Amino acid sequence: MNLFVDALFLQAGYNAALVAIGAGLLGFAAGASGTFPFLRKRALIADAVAHATLPGVGLAFVVMVGFGGDGRNLVGLIAGSAVTAWIGLLLIEWISRRTRLAEDAAIGAVLGVFFGVGIVLLTVIQTMSAGRQAGLESFLLGSTAGMLFQDATVIAIGGSLAVLLTWLMRRPMTLVAFDSDYAAALGYDVRRIDLLMMGLVMAVAVIGLKLVGLILIVAMLIIPAVAARFWTDRSTSMIWIAGGIGGASGYLGAVLSASAPAMPTGPIIVLVAAAIFMFSLLLAPDRGVLAALFRHRGFQTRVHRRQGLLALAARHPIREAYTLRLLAREGLVRPDGVPTDAGRAQAAKVTRDERRWDVAREIYQDAGLTGRYDGLTPIEDVFTADEIAEFDRQLGPPVTVRGD
Amino acid sequence: MGTEFVQLSLTPILIGILAAVACALPGNFLILRRQALIGDAISHVVLPGIVVAFLLTGVISAIPMLLGAAGAALVAVGLIEVVKRLGGIEPGAAMGAVFTSMFAAGVLLLEQTDTSSVHLDVEHALMGNLESLVWLQAEGWHSLLDPGMLATLPDELTRIATVCAFVVVLTVVFWRWLKISTFDEGFAQALGIPAAALGLGLVVTAAIAAVAAFDAVGSIIVIAMFICPPAAARLMTNRLERQVGWSVTFATLSAVLGYILAGYGPLWFGAQGAVSAAGMIAAVSGIILGLACLYGPHRARVGVARKEGA
Repeated sequence: MNLFVDALFLQAGYNAALVAIGAGLLGFAAGASGTFPFLRKRALIADAVAHATLPGVGLAFVVMVGFGGDGRNLVGLIAGSAVTAWIGLLLIEWISRRTRLAEDAAIGAVLGVFFGVGIVLLTVIQTMSAGRQAGLESFLLGSTAGMLFQDATVIAIGGSLAVLLTWLMRRPMTLVAFDSDYAAALGYDVRRIDLLMMGLVMAVAVIGLKLVGLILIVAMLIIPAVAARFWTDRSTSMIWIAGGIGGASGYLGAVLSASAPAMPTGPIIVLVAAAIFMFSLLLAPDRGVLAALFRHRGFQTRVHRRQGLLALAARHPIREAYTLRLLAREGLVRPDGVPTDAGRAQAAKVTRDERRWDVAREIYQDAGLTGRYDGLTPIEDVFTADEIAEFDRQLGPPVTVRGD
Repeated sequence: MGTEFVQLSLTPILIGILAAVACALPGNFLILRRQALIGDAISHVVLPGIVVAFLLTGVISAIPMLLGAAGAALVAVGLIEVVKRLGGIEPGAAMGAVFTSMFAAGVLLLEQTDTSSVHLDVEHALMGNLESLVWLQAEGWHSLLDPGMLATLPDELTRIATVCAFVVVLTVVFWRWLKISTFDEGFAQALGIPAAALGLGLVVTAAIAAVAAFDAVGSIIVIAMFICPPAAARLMTNRLERQVGWSVTFATLSAVLGYILAGYGPLWFGAQGAVSAAGMIAAVSGIILGLACLYGPHRARVGVARKEGA
């Protein structure tokens, strides 16, 4: 526990602090730039892009060793992975535009094939210069052991650029994400904007490769955006919320993994993000499951209450147990179903409002206001007191009903 | 091409072919149903499934692993459905959120348990190891006729052969139902075909094929086998029967060519050793798909061909 607190406040050693900061920054960048692909319903392209970085890593290594350099130079590996990831991206776009294959098939094909080529290159490297290639496999699942200050700088600079570009291009990207035809009609080049959107994802994927690995970086690009969607309906705030969720899960995940043995950083970060996602899914206001449940209950209550009051007014017996319980709890009926005075008054009000709506429909024949009639919205919410007084005037004074 | 071939190359090639065919068959329907990425999701959750099966039984053996992976696939499909329905999230993102989380959980479990004594590590799970599935006891082609020798065949071969036969039988038995429900789910329901159960069955079958192939080629390359041969076949013909035929041909071709290129290709370039056969199979299937995209007779969408002059 002490170790956790130490790590949380960056007191658990230089490397742990570096990893925590790097993971936090990476998470923020991934969350922010994952927002628009998710809104565009193309989140899984991130999956293909991330897998397509592997052959680039291998190729860059081969080239750098071929020129006599250090094969593990991070900037070189990142550049190489960016090249193949970009090729993969263009191929997906080309396949789904020029052939009748759907985009999902193109994504899967590029993902599998590029990863296969990458594995081939890794085995080539193993035979090429034994011993020195150690570490390239860590790009699969990430490793934080040998994180250098340079790596953190790359993440910080690349990540900020990605976030900045996302923010600058938020308007065209929002347009394309929600209505690409409209964006095209406004003169935006939809294809370019799509490529930019995916290019940002690619940029974050390549800078995050070394830290969390190419398989799990996908999670950091998708999960924060999905979680952020529960908290807002505005795309601009979604960028920041997704970034915040990503940053928090990156930082917390790195801290957790530093505070216990056998806790690989990448998976822990993803699981923290998944936990935040679960939390959002269940508890977010408005869009969360719990909120939906409450809304449903509230609606049910209002429907039952109204049907019960109408039945009271019409002097029909109420047989529905839930309705009876509801009305009894409010003191509107006695347990045997006989209305109390308060119940009679409420029932009379509901019936009078029904009559008022009838009049309103005759006066306002357009559906604008009377269209809001759903039996549950109080008439006072739709019409002003003056208008309601006019309805009452047309209804006339109460009359004595003979008979019973 | 004598004894050495039988010893070292025959079984890997056979396993490669059987794995590719077992994946390509359900892949055809997944592609037509626009569910190609279910294959992606399944292949990622195979890992946690196998790890959990290992934790529960304590041994690496075929049946628990198959069950574990099929179970994980079902859990994943269920979770994806739950996230989709409850959260109102589009299927792709729901899939991405679920399978990456499950994969992360699998890696974590694997790291937390001591699996050093058994052959189960992440890289193996991701990359596969086709080359190691050799039949050293064989003495030549005649060993194929010797029941005693046949018993020494690698277990993986028997396993993938069984699974492949299982997938073929299922495809043949449910052919009509699959065909109808793939192209017109509403019509299938009107005919009384249990379309939802059939769709789930297809996913489970794909999961079983994935885990059997996973042994040999690793969990990621399975995706290429699910998608590339059927996708290439889709560009060759408009008839489902022929498409399935083409996909089996392409799958076999990529397995054989991929294995040969991986084993002998480096020698042709004067290099030593061999490269990953599984990766090469995926690469060859990608090349086949690329050629089909460029020259396949039915590559364009209806109506697009003339306009774009493609």
